[in-house]
Amino acid sequence: MSETILSTAPQGAPDSDPSNPVQALIAHADDNLIVAQRLGEWISRAPELEEDIAVGNIALDYLGVARALYTHAGQLEGNGRSEDDFAMRRPEREFLNVLLVEQPNGDFSHTMVRGLFFDAYQVELWADLSGTEDTTLAGIAGRALKEARYHLLHTSSWVIRLGDGTDESHSRAQTAVDALWRYTAELFEHATSGYRDIWEKVVGEVLDEARLQIPDDPYQRTGGRRGFHSEHLGPLLAEMQWMQRSHPGLEW
Amino acid sequence: MDAAKSSGAGMVTATATLVCDRARAVASRVVDPEIPVLSIAELGILRDVRLDGHRVVATITPTYSGCPAMRQIEDDLRSALGAAGFDEVDVVTEHEPPWSSEWITPEGRQKLAGFGIAPPGGEIVCPRCRAGSPRVVSRFGSTACKALMACRSCGEPFDHFKKF
Repeated sequence: MSETILSTAPQGAPDSDPSNPVQALIAHADDNLIVAQRLGEWISRAPELEEDIAVGNIALDYLGVARALYTHAGQLEGNGRSEDDFAMRRPEREFLNVLLVEQPNGDFSHTMVRGLFFDAYQVELWADLSGTEDTTLAGIAGRALKEARYHLLHTSSWVIRLGDGTDESHSRAQTAVDALWRYTAELFEHATSGYRDIWEKVVGEVLDEARLQIPDDPYQRTGGRRGFHSEHLGPLLAEMQWMQRSHPGLEW
Repeated sequence: MDAAKSSGAGMVTATATLVCDRARAVASRVVDPEIPVLSIAELGILRDVRLDGHRVVATITPTYSGCPAMRQIEDDLRSALGAAGFDEVDVVTEHEPPWSSEWITPEGRQKLAGFGIAPPGGEIVCPRCRAGSPRVVSRFGSTACKALMACRSCGEPFDHFKKF
């Protein structure tokens, strides 16, 4: 009985077909939910009050996008799954987010570099999807595009400020770029090559201005879109889903 | 006979139009919970009010994806319409086309400025002393739709409703 509540889909490898529109919606929703949850960890701990408010605002935008996409995915799927079923009642293996968004916050420069990589990708994604035939998705994407541009403005200005700042902030920002670059190929796993090129140009210009180097190491990790995650997603989900796991169906 | 029929139908239509107008007037007076000087009609959030039989169908559109007020607005619409005698209310959220700050009405813009929030679009001036070119204190303010500015002339900080 409890297993049916805990998992709304069959166990085992998730069906991860990127051409399946419901799966694609879930994957994008998962990206936004997980990065929102990560950013939420900064609240009350950001380096300054304005930044505390900024990360909270950005996280709310991501969360709102995730909610709209889950709701739409549930309607398209037609099995009655709600946004809460997707967010709170799926196990780790059914999450299809990219590995980048589940990576720990690290220090503030780490979070801003992760944001730069993710926001530059989202600007392209939403620009593309705002012209799709699915008008609900087009509307969600059209609004998310404006938000993503604003987020990108924020994260890129911080990366420049930190990279081109003191020796300490520069070295921390470079450490973040070195650690996170390996998760960027996955963003474009199912896209045509042109998207990666545009992304590299946008991100490259910011990194240049920040005096930061792209690492030589060609190693790239993928797997998130197939439900194979790093060790960091499980603890995040455990915290986020704790209430529904302990008290299934609880409302308040 | 035919004439009587059509005049009867005309009366039903006219009544329905009156009822619908009343529902629209009630819905239009619901205010934004975070900017209570503005109604959701003036903000451009309320897109449509129509009758479906006895049901009132109100269509709203979110401003920002993460606007936490949407649920509150939905509840406020239900209770305002309920208090006016409309027991059956559907609130529909529509995403396409996405909301734009250009949908805020001219009256809405004036009310924003009067409330101390610099409205979106055009030159940003201090709502208190009218001086231009303020300093950006933070791109993110007390709500998703606002940024925090400070006047270089009178020194007062103020909210700016972002162009979106």
